Amino acid sequence: MTLPDAEQTLAALADRMRGAVAFDARFVGIYSGGAWVAERLAQMIPGEHPVGYIDVSFYRDDFHRKGLKPEVKRTELPFEVDGATIVLVDDVLYTGRSVRAAINELFDYGRPERIELAVLVDRGGRELPVEATYAGARLAVARELSVVLSRGADGRLLLSTEAVGAERAAESSGA
Amino acid sequence: MKIEIRNGRLIDPKHGIDRTATLFVAAGKVAAIGEAPAGWNANRTIDAAGLVVGPGLIDLSARLREPGFEYKATLESEMEAAVAGGVTSLACPPDTDPPLDEPGLVEMLKHRARSLNKAHVYPVGALSMGLRGEALTEMGELAEAGCVAFSHADQPLADTQLLYRAMQYAATFGYRVWLRPQDAHIGKGGVAHDGEVATRLGLPAVPASAETIALATIIALARETGVRVHLCRLSTADGVAMMRAAKKDGLAVTCDVAAHHLHLCDVDIGWFNAQCHLVPPLRGTRDRAALCAGLADGTIDLVCSDHTPVDDDGKQVPFGESEPGATGLELLLPLTLKWAAGEKVALPAALARITAQPAAILGLDAGHLAVGQAADVCIFDPAAHWVVEPQALRSQGKNTPFLGLEVPGRVRYTLVSGQIVFEH
Amino acid sequence: MRNPQLNADGGLTHLLTLEGLPADVIRQILDTAIPFTSIAMRDVKKVPLLRGKAVFNLFFENSTRTRTTFEIAAKRLSADVINLNIGASSTSKGETLLDTVDNLVAMNADMFVVRHAQSGAPHLIAAHLNRTGRNHVHVVNAGDGRHAHPTQGLLDLFTIRHYKRDFRNLTVAIVGDVLHSRVARSLIHGLTTVGTPEVRAIGPQTLLPTALQALGVRVFNDMREGLKGCDVIVMLRLQSERMRGALLPSAGEFFKHYGLTPDKLAMAKPDAIVMHPGPMNRGVEIDSAVADGERSVILPQVTFGIAVRMAVLSIVAGN
Repeated sequence: MTLPDAEQTLAALADRMRGAVAFDARFVGIYSGGAWVAERLAQMIPGEHPVGYIDVSFYRDDFHRKGLKPEVKRTELPFEVDGATIVLVDDVLYTGRSVRAAINELFDYGRPERIELAVLVDRGGRELPVEATYAGARLAVARELSVVLSRGADGRLLLSTEAVGAERAAESSGA
Repeated sequence: MKIEIRNGRLIDPKHGIDRTATLFVAAGKVAAIGEAPAGWNANRTIDAAGLVVGPGLIDLSARLREPGFEYKATLESEMEAAVAGGVTSLACPPDTDPPLDEPGLVEMLKHRARSLNKAHVYPVGALSMGLRGEALTEMGELAEAGCVAFSHADQPLADTQLLYRAMQYAATFGYRVWLRPQDAHIGKGGVAHDGEVATRLGLPAVPASAETIALATIIALARETGVRVHLCRLSTADGVAMMRAAKKDGLAVTCDVAAHHLHLCDVDIGWFNAQCHLVPPLRGTRDRAALCAGLADGTIDLVCSDHTPVDDDGKQVPFGESEPGATGLELLLPLTLKWAAGEKVALPAALARITAQPAAILGLDAGHLAVGQAADVCIFDPAAHWVVEPQALRSQGKNTPFLGLEVPGRVRYTLVSGQIVFEH
Repeated sequence: MRNPQLNADGGLTHLLTLEGLPADVIRQILDTAIPFTSIAMRDVKKVPLLRGKAVFNLFFENSTRTRTTFEIAAKRLSADVINLNIGASSTSKGETLLDTVDNLVAMNADMFVVRHAQSGAPHLIAAHLNRTGRNHVHVVNAGDGRHAHPTQGLLDLFTIRHYKRDFRNLTVAIVGDVLHSRVARSLIHGLTTVGTPEVRAIGPQTLLPTALQALGVRVFNDMREGLKGCDVIVMLRLQSERMRGALLPSAGEFFKHYGLTPDKLAMAKPDAIVMHPGPMNRGVEIDSAVADGERSVILPQVTFGIAVRMAVLSIVAGN
């Protein structure tokens, strides 16, 4: 299957968000792919959009099967969550479980006024009732493949697929 | 009962016999070697092809746990274990409950043992009443009741004045004193050798000096009193060196090592394996090497099992709370054979250390197979290997550091006073 | 002999001692503790990692401090915490240590945090669980006899890394009763494992174990000599029993030779940090001026302790 070009998809996502997203919406990127996308969006969309980062390792529902991953990053939210409009940003939306974990975690920081979800790629296959408010592209991807976002040395984003079994890669893309 | 033992490799270390020959046993004694006596008609013939036929083993230290510790083991089970291990004579230490400090207790023990018709039991009497180190026992009475020597088992004997008097008294009457060299204060409460392992594991430690200080004291007092003293369970390289020097000086001292210490060292404790909690403690590799060499060059006279049955409750607890000791009667032969292979000691010389030598220390005419001698015989397969497992042991004590390990030497038949008391 | 702390995949399934742990297991624990320090600063200090899990604090030796820290750590992971203070003797009710463990496992214990006066008790429990096929039950050593206090060692390493960044440039001195100290042993194993080039022990001969050099430690009896060029000084607590056992004549004499005072501290590097596992005996091993001074990181050690224990419990529970 052919994947769309990541940079073009990012541009399409930004287009959809421009004018729709609140002026002071706070962008919270889910490590690592979501974090890269959030940073780029904050530059591309006018307004006051401070960027925060969230690691959902402590809120995942598969901890007892898989344990903690070797590198857990620090969640950093350099703004008040109470009463805020938050746009949760992820690279790939798949089962919806990462988003569920991120929402639970956000609520342990405070009570947001509203949470929206922006994803670069929505590949369907939802296992929870979660929907993207903004999506760059919608794809159908075979079960045996996971969709992975990577970032080159020059900062350019790249989408690729990997056979499932490279499970660690799947974890950061919404499995 | 007339028994003919054919085709075996007959080894009698004391008389320098090592050849294929038939052993003839009648009326409880060795009737002949090589040629059948006149009018011979065997009731039972044993084909000992491929097996070694030697004197029954003599173990200088085996705890039978009676009286007082019957929940750990009984005379019945331990005597079974002895003959299964080829041991036909054993000496038991006085630390029973109550200790063997009264003739009545000694007589009862000997009587019980005799009635079981298995190995010969030689009780060692207590050196002080109750093993408390305060007052001398009536050594004369105890000797008459059957004690072959006097010892303080593992109890501390802090009062050097008492030790001196005890040795003088024993020397007066020609009694033997057996002592395990351990200072009463240094290393008190210690459970492991004071070295790298104890430091890493955080275990209270017993320095080597606890042995060498006591050894120096005993040797000095032996020199003064002229008593025949036997040092039990050497564990340090320095201790071996001291014994070598004392013997060179012409002192009438002898010593032994426990079979475990020829093979194990403190590293074997691993992650707190309580099977390796022994008294004296397993020491370093240098000590082990010195003990092996010392036994080979004769500085150490003999090896014993130091058989101490410990039940599971005594071992399935943290190391520092566990009971020291290991079962050993059935491992005396295998561990001696293993040592001999490692030190390149020939089989007859190895067997001497568990037959003729212990007999000499006991002052008994035993541990050999001369015509007219009581027929205490051990017939074993030196090439057979077996795995040490609880089911394979007849002792009630199933705890040994060798569990799960394969050892050489299987006893096939044991005869005591011309009777077959064990067959495998 | 396989390390009893690691499962077949090399994952940490029990924490019994820092000795023999691969360096990257230690680093993973320290790295995982970092996000947990942030959690401590939120309003909601809980995460749901151990929800539904039962953590039993099995303390055979009294310790309010350590027990409380473990309790806080476990509760912040949303675990159910049950405290069992069995007191000095495990057999006071006639029940053996392993019987107690079996009974609690039957009550669905998922994890045991164990403190015991005997070296090797947590190893005994872990070996028993491994041998009887109960691989889902984990053991964390909260201090066994003189042997190990691995979570303390880890929080000490975390503290050092926080202030000094790279272990590979450091000279660390441990001062006081190393002989009886499980904290010292764990710290020594931890420091040597992560590549600290110079680890020193300073104390009188009576309080230093025999084979310390074999552990990779340089021994000093003179404190001023030993502190020269140090980046980190760890003071150990001196217990009063040591005076009774003829190991030391008096606390005053100890303070004179081995107490950390400002002038002795001056022998170390100007930016050296001072640590103490607590509780402190002011005027015995450490002068108040130093304990409350600007080089002391004794209070931060306590905060880091909770985060490090949360990391340990999470990693072990997930394997």
